[in-house]
Amino acid sequence: MTSLPQNPTATKLGLVIDLDVCVGCHACVISCKEWNTGGYGNALSDQHPYGSDVSGTFLNRIHSFEVVPDGGEIVGEAGVARIVHFPKSCLHCEDAPCVTVCPTGASYKRAEDGIVLVDEDKCIGCGLCAWSCAYGAREMDLAAGVMKKCTLCVDRIYNETLKQEDRMPSCVRTCPANARHFGDLGDPASDVSIMVAERGGFDLMPEQETRPTNKYLPPRPRKSLSDIAPIVPLAENSDGARGFFAWLDKTLDRI
Amino acid sequence: MNPEPHLALSEPVGEEVRKTTCYMCACRCGIDVHLKDGKVRYIEGNRDHPINKGVLCAKGSAGIMQHYSPARLRAPLLRTGPRGSGEFREISWDEALSLAVDWLQPVRQTAPQKLAFFTGRDQSQALTSFWAQNFGTPNYAAHGGFCSVNMAAAGIYTIGGAFWEFGAPDWDKTKLFVLFGVAEDHDSNPIKIGISKLKKRGARFISVNPVRTGYSAIADNWIGIRPGTDGLLILAIIHELFRAGKIDLDYLQRYTNAPWLVIDDEGKEDHGLFLRDDLGKAMVRDRTTGALVRFDEPGHRADLNADFVTDDGRKVRSVLRLMAEKYLDPKYAPEAVVAETGIPAADIRGLAAEIARVAFEEEIRIEQPWTDMKGEQHEAMIGRPVSFHAMRGISAHSNGFQSARALHVLQTIIGSIDCPGGYRYKPPYPKPATAHPRPHGRSEHVKPGQPLAGPHLGYPLGPEDLLVDGEGSPQRIDKAFSWEAPLSAHGMMHMVIANAYAADPYPVDVLFLYMANMAWNSSMNTRSTIEMLEARDEATGEYRIPKIIYSDAYSSEMVAYADLVLPDTTYLERHDCISLLDRPISEPEAACDAIRWPVLEPDRDVRGFQSVLIELGARLNLPGFVDESGLPLYKDYADYIVNHQRKPGIGPLSGWRGVDAQDEGRGSPNADQLKNYIDNGAFFMKHIPDEALYFKHHNAAYQQFAIDMGFFDAPQPVTIQLYVETLQKFRLSALGYRQPFAPEQHRQRLLDCFDPLPDWYRPFEEQGVDTAQYPYHAITQRPMAMYHSWGSQNAWLRQIHTTNPLYVPGQICDELGLKNGDWAWVISHHGRIKCEIARTDAVNGRTMWTWNAIGKRKGAWALDPKSPEATKGFLLNHLIHELLPPRADGMRWSNSDPVTGQAAWYDLRVRIEKADAGTEISEPHFSTIKRPGSQQQPADELRFGQEWTSK
Amino acid sequence: MHPAASIIVFTTLSGLGYGLAVVLGLGFLGPSLLSSKIAYVLSLTLIGVGLLSSLLHLGNPQRAWRALSQWRSSWLSREGVMAIATFVPLTLSTTLAIFANRHDTVLGLITAFGSLVTVYCTSMIYASLKTVDCWHTKLTPLCFLLFSLAGGFLLASAIAGGNALVVELLALLFVLLALVAKMVWRKHAATRQPRSTPESATGLGFIGKVRLFERPHALDNYLTREMGFRVARKHAAKLWVVAFVCGAILPILALLLSVAIGSGLSAQLILCAGILAHLLGILVERWLFFAEARHAVMNYY
Ligand SMILES: Nc1nc2c(c(=O)[nH]1)N[C@H]1C(S)=C(S)[C@@H](COP(=O)(O)OP(=O)(O)OC[C@H]3O[C@@H](n4cnc5c(=O)[nH]c(N)nc54)[C@H](O)[C@@H]3O)O[C@H]1N2
Ligand SMILES: Nc1nc2c(c(=O)[nH]1)N[C@H]1C(S)=C(S)[C@@H](COP(=O)(O)OP(=O)(O)OC[C@H]3O[C@@H](n4cnc5c(=O)[nH]c(N)nc54)[C@H](O)[C@@H]3O)O[C@H]1N2
Ligand code: SF4
Ligand code: SF4
Ligand code: SF4
Ligand code: SF4
Ligand code: SF4
Ligand SMILES: [Mo]
Repeated sequence: MTSLPQNPTATKLGLVIDLDVCVGCHACVISCKEWNTGGYGNALSDQHPYGSDVSGTFLNRIHSFEVVPDGGEIVGEAGVARIVHFPKSCLHCEDAPCVTVCPTGASYKRAEDGIVLVDEDKCIGCGLCAWSCAYGAREMDLAAGVMKKCTLCVDRIYNETLKQEDRMPSCVRTCPANARHFGDLGDPASDVSIMVAERGGFDLMPEQETRPTNKYLPPRPRKSLSDIAPIVPLAENSDGARGFFAWLDKTLDRI
Repeated sequence: MNPEPHLALSEPVGEEVRKTTCYMCACRCGIDVHLKDGKVRYIEGNRDHPINKGVLCAKGSAGIMQHYSPARLRAPLLRTGPRGSGEFREISWDEALSLAVDWLQPVRQTAPQKLAFFTGRDQSQALTSFWAQNFGTPNYAAHGGFCSVNMAAAGIYTIGGAFWEFGAPDWDKTKLFVLFGVAEDHDSNPIKIGISKLKKRGARFISVNPVRTGYSAIADNWIGIRPGTDGLLILAIIHELFRAGKIDLDYLQRYTNAPWLVIDDEGKEDHGLFLRDDLGKAMVRDRTTGALVRFDEPGHRADLNADFVTDDGRKVRSVLRLMAEKYLDPKYAPEAVVAETGIPAADIRGLAAEIARVAFEEEIRIEQPWTDMKGEQHEAMIGRPVSFHAMRGISAHSNGFQSARALHVLQTIIGSIDCPGGYRYKPPYPKPATAHPRPHGRSEHVKPGQPLAGPHLGYPLGPEDLLVDGEGSPQRIDKAFSWEAPLSAHGMMHMVIANAYAADPYPVDVLFLYMANMAWNSSMNTRSTIEMLEARDEATGEYRIPKIIYSDAYSSEMVAYADLVLPDTTYLERHDCISLLDRPISEPEAACDAIRWPVLEPDRDVRGFQSVLIELGARLNLPGFVDESGLPLYKDYADYIVNHQRKPGIGPLSGWRGVDAQDEGRGSPNADQLKNYIDNGAFFMKHIPDEALYFKHHNAAYQQFAIDMGFFDAPQPVTIQLYVETLQKFRLSALGYRQPFAPEQHRQRLLDCFDPLPDWYRPFEEQGVDTAQYPYHAITQRPMAMYHSWGSQNAWLRQIHTTNPLYVPGQICDELGLKNGDWAWVISHHGRIKCEIARTDAVNGRTMWTWNAIGKRKGAWALDPKSPEATKGFLLNHLIHELLPPRADGMRWSNSDPVTGQAAWYDLRVRIEKADAGTEISEPHFSTIKRPGSQQQPADELRFGQEWTSK
Repeated sequence: MHPAASIIVFTTLSGLGYGLAVVLGLGFLGPSLLSSKIAYVLSLTLIGVGLLSSLLHLGNPQRAWRALSQWRSSWLSREGVMAIATFVPLTLSTTLAIFANRHDTVLGLITAFGSLVTVYCTSMIYASLKTVDCWHTKLTPLCFLLFSLAGGFLLASAIAGGNALVVELLALLFVLLALVAKMVWRKHAATRQPRSTPESATGLGFIGKVRLFERPHALDNYLTREMGFRVARKHAAKLWVVAFVCGAILPILALLLSVAIGSGLSAQLILCAGILAHLLGILVERWLFFAEARHAVMNYY
């Protein structure tokens, strides 16, 4: 099914990630690892787990960026940059190049809900899909020799053995800051779609023309403290203790 | 199109879910452990749990790797090589326990103080302190002295509570939240849940922190303060609020000591103390009648502006008057503190204005009648929705006690202690300092073969409560509660090894440690600490600290320095008790406690430490552990949790008490209690009635709830202590006005630092070193995905933080030509380290920082000795000395807060120099420790869960 | 991008093999000559070894046959299909040449066409990737095709031992064209505006300039090893000189010399040296093709 679904159905399941509240705690990273390493497909292996060159397969990773505003927002002696913690997993693109490049049909996009998956029994581990993904969402598992990627926890979201409230991706369920949201981005009335509309959710690298399903919510605008300073007049009484005592007496008499 | 493959979408997660409590850190979230084929398949947060409400952090999810860690100890170990080598022989438990008894019994029978028993990251202080008390040694404490006692003590003395386990912001209602110096905190998940909630509500979140990562990264405003100057910033805000009259006079009048009368009697022993009646009750002046009344007398209106001479001729002034006089001084004006704090005056004023605006213009009103402790009825609960939270950024400085006090004073003057939208106590707090015990450990408390006369730790109310002898010399090995650190309510674990080595004040025979990596990341001056542990007496060839018993679960650095190692289970293999008698997990709206239980059986010859301690207690015949005939009272810890009673009806757990499990808080033991807990998800939660939810310090319904729950037997309302009389008593001792007089060498410090109204002084290291030579600050932060030293053995977590660069401000990088990946020497008054650097611009320009405790010793933790943690990772601890640089007269003070003894980790001053290119190995480094006992070389590839994989 | 040896060997050898197959298919070399028979076998061998080598980098080579299934969308699949499809006429032509001393024009044209299409498919695997800016250009297939033809004609010249002037002149032409194409390709690679930037990758450009502060995981992972490999500029410049000299200048000199000398052993030896130099040059060029390529994912690292 290397070709993309002909008539993509209306349902587009995906994640909405709120950069305004992600604190970069990596909870979603490890939760994803533990769910998926015993679940869908081969385990997510780790090479030299206790050695000098440790590495492993992860389907979701948190980057941290320093963003230096144009003009610089200098806070006293403090620096000018601001840090944004940035989670990243598969965006379940509508025009997923990782699917079309796959020579075996292992990579496919589900017609039913748009989830992009790898059928590991078909995957030859050529790595081309990882090359085609601008987002670094695919990682070859070195032990199994097959491509791994975020499954949108397809084995949770439809899992009838789970309580309804738990039928959501592991990373979403665990995120302490509630920075990850799951839902149908094809439905304009869904919570996630509304959130995207209200907060100006955006696509990563639109120029790659992949039309990601997942959306990111930008950090909310900030208002500096010094702008507030004049709003509340502070000098109701005259300076110094004497003035204060007079004010105090007056006020106490009033109440 | 090919047909889509068939997917098995509804595979059960495992065969069984066992609910217990996480212990990858001290936050103690509820977890659902899914088991499959007798192995852990998946750990997720327990949705019903009061702490984490279903979420879980990275460490919690990585519990699988913690549990199956190759660094787990396998059996009791007896040292065979020299200390530090890691050479051990595995022995049986019987041999281990007999040996421990052989070492401990003579000590107990002759000089119990020669046992020093200190515990680290544990959560069972109710048991360990009970054991130590019955052993009879005065030398017991947990790790709070190097952790956050400034926070705890300042909180208890001021508001009868504190942050973290003691209290939290009203996350659902607060409209302005200001966070001081927190990277992660003990309340990890609740803080994340809370911040996110309030940001989504559009409430403003301000972070005061030299570094802008983590929480600070998502703050609406970041105040990149210069370390050690928060107190000054807070006092500047207080200055502004006084100037503008933005203070909650009604609140101050009712619930605080602002109207209490302070005696002005220069040169006399009551100078600066409260005017009290015969019963010792503080007096206020009724503004309506002008009469003196007891502060807690119903029906009066206390005068906040009192300044008069009493009928018997004593000059008195209200606390609030003293405060106004002090804080309106222009030295606290925003402009005046810019140079110290590095914060522009406009920002400080903006912050003050915002606090005032939200507190007084965005008042919250909850239509909930309630009755205060004077019997007065209130129609509603009025909230000032400004909340604060602080942790080690304030606490870990030598002026941290006063800074934390300043913060509580700020909260109080805007009336936001335990009100809707403000800070809220968590049960069993509030509890005033006076309701806590006094410390015990003076020589009259210690008798061979006898229990200690009372609890070790407590809150002194004046110099008379110190644990010193007639000469004023310390009585405890850590010198807690001495003139050096009078209010060291948590002990001073960081001084134990140095003092035991120096036999100052006396030598110890046995050092018994539990869950503290003292030979590495929890010590200052790590190399010397190691040398002290290795040092031998020249005459006898015996170790200076003759015997070290240690309980750890993993092959940490400290294990190598023990003579006898008692291997603990993992947190999934044992019973634990998270008790209201200890460090609670309550939330502001409910009293909560919890257990851990063996959801898996150990596959090694290890035992839960608490059970081992109970068995040791029995073998040593300690009261409380054996009955009259000398038979053990408890089979194991589980038995103790259920059947031990602190006083009749009060035991470690408050839920499902009474024979029929119907009682809460108080009740006789219930044989099925643990099962009741397990059936409920391993925790118990008792909601506070609605009318008792706020103003707990003065809420009659809450006080009754607390009595019913057994927190105390009579009401313990808290009158918030803006002015702390205890501190003034120390000043009077220093002035020689009041007995006992302070020894000469301590007097100046007591005068400088024990101001009964919060003040700021320059951190000691900054006072003591040439700041031109050491122009920068160096601090650490906790990584959210790593718990101190014990995360690095975790195959998943260690991939996130395999090394820890030193993050250096861009400005300094540019000056020195430093680029990412360069190596540099960082030099303090005490030592130098070499490390890799990385540039950052999101930081205070004079502060460099790194992640805490990533650096590892070669060979520890079952890691390859060539691991980056051991070759590139580093500790700042090598630069931090437990003593300050010598003064002119050669005297060296400890590098601690003078009030509480809190270790001043973040006072460190450094300079930095580019290192020559060459071997990229951090300095200092140490010899390789051998893998202990039968620990195997770990596998080179991990495919956890491969056997379960489906399609 | 990580320069995987198997892929470099594969594209180099199969490019050469298919180039030679084109020369053979177009009937430039008489089928009865021993040298032509050798050329046929050599062509098959180069292609075969190349293809085998390409299997080496697969995680699960035993399922490689599955790669033939997605020719409708995947250039890699098309390449596989074309490679195998072209094998058929090429093997038949080889058999004809060896056993019947015959060159069948139709079969030959099919072989030549198939070979060019195969090389085109290979090149399109790279050229179709929007994630690698320097690859994502029509110049990439042009270079691959010209290199393949240049190599093929050069190899054919060497095998023919200076007895095929047209082939030598065409070799000269294709080497020159390939060189020019590659130089244009490099210029394009060096001057093009990157399609994606850290700002577009994070969507944070509206705040300011974006720079990585901390990697997700401290050490390398599959992505950084695979996509993060970048040769140092200094080394790249040196290696390009090697590729330039060996891949083009020396072969051109060899061709000119051989044309000057005419036929004979020395011409053949010179041409052999020329093709070996070319082979080395192409290996280096291919190495650089990967090692200099910047993948969009590195905007996150
Ligand atoms: N530079 C610098 N140094 C610091 C700090 C800092 O901020 N900067 N912070 C200080 C503070 S606040 C603290 S609290 C200390 C913390 O430092 P430590 O108290 O030393 O904490 P850990 O490193 O977690 O080590 C605790 C030990 O407990 C062991 N352990 C883990 N699980 C178990 C178990 O289940 N049973 C038993 N018996 N043992 C177990 C671990 O293997 C480890 O050896 O560090 C202090 N040191
Ligand atoms: N993930 C994780 N969680 C933990 C731990 C862990 O190791 N890992 N350890 C636990 C323990 S023992 C403790 S004590 C708690 C501690 O919890 P925190 O108090 O959050 O611990 P620190 O990492 O020491 O964070 C101190 C913060 O204060 C800042 N800071 C330093 N100096 C100053 C200053 O002068 N002023 C201000 N305003 N800020 C300053 C630092 O930049 C840092 O962000 O965390 C607990 N929770
Ligand atoms: S993010 Fe990458 S892997 Fe996921 S669908 Fe898009 S291109 Fe494919
Ligand atoms: S690695 Fe597997 S999924 Fe990816 S393109 Fe190759 S065969 Fe398809
Ligand atoms: S949706 Fe599932 S697979 Fe995807 S990142 Fe989240 S946890 Fe991982
Ligand atoms: S769990 Fe949530 S807050 Fe933590 S890194 Fe992931 S998205 Fe960010
Ligand atoms: S914060 Fe994380 S590690 Fe700590 S108890 Fe909770 S889940 Fe466990
Ligand atoms: Mo701590």
